[in-house]
Amino acid sequence: MKSEAVSSAVLRDPAALPRLVLIVTFLLLLWPGLTLTEFNLGVLFDSRNRETIGKFLATFFPLDVSADFLRLVFKSTLETLAIATAGMAIALAIALPLSLMVTRSLSISRIGPRPGGWSGRLLRTSARFILMFFRSIPEIVWALLFVRAVGLGPAAGVLAIGITYGGMLGKVYSEIFESDDTRPTVALLETGSGRLAAFFYGMLPVALPELVSYSVYRWECAVRASVIMGFVGAGGLGMQMELSMRMLKGAEVSTMLLIFLLLVVLADSISALLRKAIA
Amino acid sequence: MHNVGFVHANGHQALRGVSLEAKSGERIAIIGPSGAGKTTLLRVFATALRPSAGGISVLGSNPWRLDRRGLRRLRARIGMVHQSPPLPPRSRAITAVIAGRLGRWPLWKALSSLLYPADIEGARMMLARMEIADKLFERCDRLSGGQLQRVGVARVLYQQPDLILTDEPVSAVDPALSDRVIGELIREAQTRNITLIASLHAVDLALHWFPRIVGIKNGEVAFDVPPVRVTDGMLKDLYASETAVVPTQANYPLSMPEPGIRRKPMCS
Repeated sequence: MKSEAVSSAVLRDPAALPRLVLIVTFLLLLWPGLTLTEFNLGVLFDSRNRETIGKFLATFFPLDVSADFLRLVFKSTLETLAIATAGMAIALAIALPLSLMVTRSLSISRIGPRPGGWSGRLLRTSARFILMFFRSIPEIVWALLFVRAVGLGPAAGVLAIGITYGGMLGKVYSEIFESDDTRPTVALLETGSGRLAAFFYGMLPVALPELVSYSVYRWECAVRASVIMGFVGAGGLGMQMELSMRMLKGAEVSTMLLIFLLLVVLADSISALLRKAIA
Repeated sequence: MHNVGFVHANGHQALRGVSLEAKSGERIAIIGPSGAGKTTLLRVFATALRPSAGGISVLGSNPWRLDRRGLRRLRARIGMVHQSPPLPPRSRAITAVIAGRLGRWPLWKALSSLLYPADIEGARMMLARMEIADKLFERCDRLSGGQLQRVGVARVLYQQPDLILTDEPVSAVDPALSDRVIGELIREAQTRNITLIASLHAVDLALHWFPRIVGIKNGEVAFDVPPVRVTDGMLKDLYASETAVVPTQANYPLSMPEPGIRRKPMCS
């Protein structure tokens, strides 16, 4: 009857159409990407290619485990870890202040007597721009730059990681601060608290687990990055790997790759441990 | 506040032409159905929301004419107990309580208190008044809803403000403790001679403890009288849209005496 017809016409999910449009757009954008990059999984299973891959892989075994080499690798690993950790320390020092400047949840002008003037927005925009600039240049380019400036060796790698990762950490930190529960922070600001105090009492306890897990993941990425930068002379495992590859010593390379895998396992366990401790 | 109107961001007009005056040392209870605008009213008083129309004056100044520092100082003198306490789940009760004085402490003191709390005894005393002194070092996510609410009240007591605003401070607290909490709030207001404005859901609590009752309905002041003048009819009108029953603490029907019999409030 009339009432039935009315009720069945009214109950449609308003989000359905926008979602459908988004999915179709995404697929439409993906298709040219796949064809452009000549994405064809079948190539891997071609018999000739399989033979080539097989021969290449065979050079990696058996692993080289001679005592001298292991000593060398151990030293390089420590160097790589040091580069990654020192780089992350610099990155944190860059990221924390900048992310605090960028995040809008500490904005006093939103609850203040007057809506914010241009100075607050200018500060926020410039801090954002600095972070974007730092992370838009790939770390290997920064490393090449610094190798010119401070010579071959770990220092170039540390600076390159520090800057790029500072930009990345800063952006993600500020987004974590804005997306997590801001009620405690705003409540403290409304009690007359200063911004830094409100951050430490209201925002940090809420955001800490996410911050820690993302930072440890980035440290793991920094280890990888420092290996890559070793290829351009920034020290550590990367430099060793480049030497071994040039001398076509597959066995040495596979030993180093195994060590590498162990480093990632280590980073993963540290992250799990820290999350449990903090949660 | 005078002729204050407030429209929320979503267009809903929460307050309409509200005029209310509270003298220093007064105790006022605000009652009304859900959605009537009680929380909005309290937040306008707390200078958390800026009225869309009309003017307000809190503790002698118009908060929206002050400069930033002045407003910050004014806000440090206002204590607001929120309905759902804005306490980070991972922080401990002691940190939550001492956060009340962040408006007054210098930054170094605030930061060092995170490493080692500056005034453990003071915070403990406030929690003891709320009967949860044993939860001093407990994490907030291990506390029940009622305990969290009491920590929120303890924070405001620790702040020692000149104006206390509480938004349903005992909605999750059991009846026996509710009396104690409201009693402590009133004791604080009386000892320090400061104003206390509380919005309450349980009408009998309001009638029992407060010498001035303000009824809010649909964003307007329905009545503003001492409890003896609150009649059955006025309450039924106020809560007409919600249910037929006027809400009380233990959800027993409110027993209203016959008209003509005067009720004496608990406090003078």
